[in-house]
Amino acid sequence: MKEKIISLNKLAIGSSGLVKQLTAQGNIRRRLLDLGITKDTIIESLRKSPKGDPIAFQIRSAVIALRSEESSKILVQWIE
Amino acid sequence: MGLTNQSTGIGIIDRMIEIKSTSPEDFIIALAGNPNTGKSTVFNSLTGLKQHTGNWPGKTVTNAQGRYSYRERNYTLVDLPGTYSILANSVEEQIARDFICFGNPQVTIVVMDATCLERNLNLALQILEITDRVVLCVNLMDEARRKNISINLNKLSEILGVPVVGTSARNGEGLDNLKNAVEKVALGKIKPNPNSIAYNDKVQGGIEELTPYINSKIGDRIDNSWLALRLIDRDNSLLESISNFLKLDLMQNRVISEKLLDIWERLSRDGYTEETLRDNIVTSLIKESEIISKSVVTNIKNQKNLDYKIDNILTSKTFGFPIMIALLGIIFWITIVGANYPSEMLAKGFFWIEEQLLVLFSYLKTPPWIHEILVLGMYRTLAWVVSVMLPPMAIFFPIFTLLEDLGYLPRIAFNLDYYFKKACTHGKQALTMCMGFGCNAAGVIACRIIDSPRERLIGIITNNFVPCNGRFPILIAMAGMFIAGFAGIFGAFAATLSILVAIVLGIFITLIISRILSKTILKGLPSTFTLELPPYRKPQIGRIIIRSIFDRTLFVLGRAVVVAAPAGAVIWIMGNINLGGISLLVHCARFFDPFARLIGLDGYIFMAFILGLPANEIVIPILIMSYMSKGSMLELSSLNEMKELFINNGWTWMTAVCTMIFTLNHWPCATTLLTIRKETQSWKWTWISFIVPTITGIIICFIVAQTARILGIV
Repeated sequence: MKEKIISLNKLAIGSSGLVKQLTAQGNIRRRLLDLGITKDTIIESLRKSPKGDPIAFQIRSAVIALRSEESSKILVQWIE
Repeated sequence: MGLTNQSTGIGIIDRMIEIKSTSPEDFIIALAGNPNTGKSTVFNSLTGLKQHTGNWPGKTVTNAQGRYSYRERNYTLVDLPGTYSILANSVEEQIARDFICFGNPQVTIVVMDATCLERNLNLALQILEITDRVVLCVNLMDEARRKNISINLNKLSEILGVPVVGTSARNGEGLDNLKNAVEKVALGKIKPNPNSIAYNDKVQGGIEELTPYINSKIGDRIDNSWLALRLIDRDNSLLESISNFLKLDLMQNRVISEKLLDIWERLSRDGYTEETLRDNIVTSLIKESEIISKSVVTNIKNQKNLDYKIDNILTSKTFGFPIMIALLGIIFWITIVGANYPSEMLAKGFFWIEEQLLVLFSYLKTPPWIHEILVLGMYRTLAWVVSVMLPPMAIFFPIFTLLEDLGYLPRIAFNLDYYFKKACTHGKQALTMCMGFGCNAAGVIACRIIDSPRERLIGIITNNFVPCNGRFPILIAMAGMFIAGFAGIFGAFAATLSILVAIVLGIFITLIISRILSKTILKGLPSTFTLELPPYRKPQIGRIIIRSIFDRTLFVLGRAVVVAAPAGAVIWIMGNINLGGISLLVHCARFFDPFARLIGLDGYIFMAFILGLPANEIVIPILIMSYMSKGSMLELSSLNEMKELFINNGWTWMTAVCTMIFTLNHWPCATTLLTIRKETQSWKWTWISFIVPTITGIIICFIVAQTARILGIV
C-alpha cells in the first residue's frame, strides 16, 4: 500500500509524498528542479484553490502553487 | 503571425544593465536574491530611494539603481531581478547572471529569506561558483524569530567561507553591519574563500580536464571551473553572452570543442544523457543547500502556523471568492463614502480661489480672453481634477497598498488561476491585472514577469480592461450621481455594487478576450506556471500611508495636472472660437454625435474620451467644460450640480451606464500606449492594443444602448 507511486496532483490534501521521479522535460523540468523538487524531497499537499486547480504544496519550507499540468509530472510515493 | 523576438519584444529587455551616473571611484555592488525576500526593501533602506515594494514575487521588473555613501566612499547599488536560480532558464535569470559575470561588480550581495533559507541557498551557492566577492544578507530575521526559526549565522559564514550578515531591512536592523561587510570585501580586507560544490566524480573529472584549456583562452576573467561546468551542461545562453561581452567564441576553439565532445562521449558511456546530467548538477546544488540548512537552522518544524489557517479561509472553496469580492467592495465603499466630503470641501475652496483670481485679473485690467483662458479654462479644469481625484486616490491607494503589503495579491492569483488557465494564459496575468488597477502602464511593464512571449503579449493587450486609478474617478462619479441618486438611502451601497459589477465585468472581459486571442492571433497553450504564496507580513501602516500618498497618489495626480492644465486651455479655446456662429467644440461634437448616440453616448462624451487620450483623469473635467461652454454657466460646487448639468444635457441612467462601460473598454491612455510600444518594440502590437478594447467597448455599448431602447426602459 505504501509503495504506491502516484502523481503529485493525486496526493490527498494534508498528506505528504516522497518525490520519486520527474517525468517533465526541458524547461518545466528545470523550473521544478530550481524550486527544489528533486528525488527524495518530501512534499506536502496543503490545499486546493477554490476551483480545485492549482494546488498549493509545501516544498522545502516554501508554499508553492502548481497547476495540474506541472504537478501531474511529479511522481511521489505516499508516506503519511 | 510569427512570434519572433522582434515582434514580441523579448529582445528589448536590455541584455545588459547599464550603470548610470556613477563616478569611476564608486564601488559597484550587485544585489541578487530570490523573489520576495525583501530585496527591494534592502535596496531602499540602503539607498533611501523609494522603489516600490510589494509582497509578491517578481516585483522588481525593471532594474533600479541607487547610491549610498559609507565612511566617505560611494557605492552604486544595482538591484538585479529576483530569481530562484541563475542557470538562465529565463530572461531575468540571464540578466542577473550576466551582470554578476560581466558587469564587474566589486561585491555581490545575496539577499536571503531567513524563514526559507534552504531554498535561498541554492541561488547563493550558484553565485558563489561565479564569484567569491560575495556578502550574504540573511534578511527577514524578525519574521524568522516570530516563527521560532533561529539561524547560526557564524556557522553559515564558516561553512560558506563568506561574510554573513543578519538583517531586518524593514526596521533598519543590521544594515550598518551589512555596509561594513560590503566595505571590507570591496576593499579586499576580507578575502572570501568559498568552498566549491562537490559534483560527482565523473562531472568533476570533466571540469578538471577542461579548466586549463579555458584558462588559456579566457584567463581569470570568469571563474574557470564554473565555466567548464556550464559548458559541460551545454549552457548555450552563457556562450552567447561570452561572445557578446568578451567578443570570444569559445566553440570556435578547436581544442576546447574537441575536449568537450570527448567529455560528453565519456559521460554518455557512463549513462548520462543531457537531461540526467543536468538533473545531477542541479541536485548536487540542492543537496548541498539541504545539508547546509540542516546544520545552521534550528526549529524549522512549526510550519502549520497562522498563515496556514488564514489561507484555509482566504483561498477556501466556500469563502475564497466571496471574501475577494467583499474586500474589493469594502475598499470601494470606503472610497466613495469617504471621498464625498473632502471632495466638496476642496471644490468649495478652489471655487473661492477662482473668485479671488477673477477679482485679481479685473484689478489688473487684463483683456478678458486672457483671464478666461487662464481661469475658466486652465484653473477650473485643474481644480476639478484635483478635487474629484485627490480624495478617492488618497483613500484608495493606501488601502490597496495595504493589501499588497500583507501578501494578499498572490492569493488572488491562486484563486483566479483556474480561469486564467481556461483562457490559455499565464497565471501571473492575475498579478499584472491587479497592477493595472493602480496604473495600466505599470501593469504593462509588470507583464515582464511573464516569460512566454505569447502570454506576455496577451497580458499586455488585455491589461487595459481593468480600470486604473485615472478611470476609477469616472466610475465613482457616474455611480455616485446616477446610481446612488436613484437608490435613496441605499445610495452608497448601490454605487459600490455598480462599481463592483464594472470590475467583475472587466475581469470577465479580460478572460474572454484573452481566450479569443489565444485561439486566434496568439495561438498556443499555457506555459509552465509556478506561484509562490509568500508568508503574510505585518504591514507597516505609517510607511504605507506615506509611500502610497507620495509615490502613487501625488505621482498620478501630478501627471493628471500636467495634462489637465493645457487640455483645459485647449477646450476653452475650442469652446470659444466660433465658425459660422457655432463654436469649434460644438462642430466636433456634432460630427461625432450620430455615431456616439448609437452606442448610448453623445458627441460631447465621445469627444471627451478622445481629448482624454493623454490621461483618462481629464475626461470628466473636459465633459463639464464642454457642457458649460455651451452657455449654461453653472457654479459647480457639488456632485448634485454636476448631475443637474448632465441631466440638462440629456443624460439618462443609460447614458451613465454606457459611459461607465466605455470608460472600462476604450483605447488605453497615451502613456500606456507608449509603454506598450516600448515593451513590445512593435507598432503593430501597440495598434492591436489600441483597437481591441475600443472595438470591445463599442460593441458592448451598442448592445446595451439598443437593447434598452428596444425594450423602452430609458
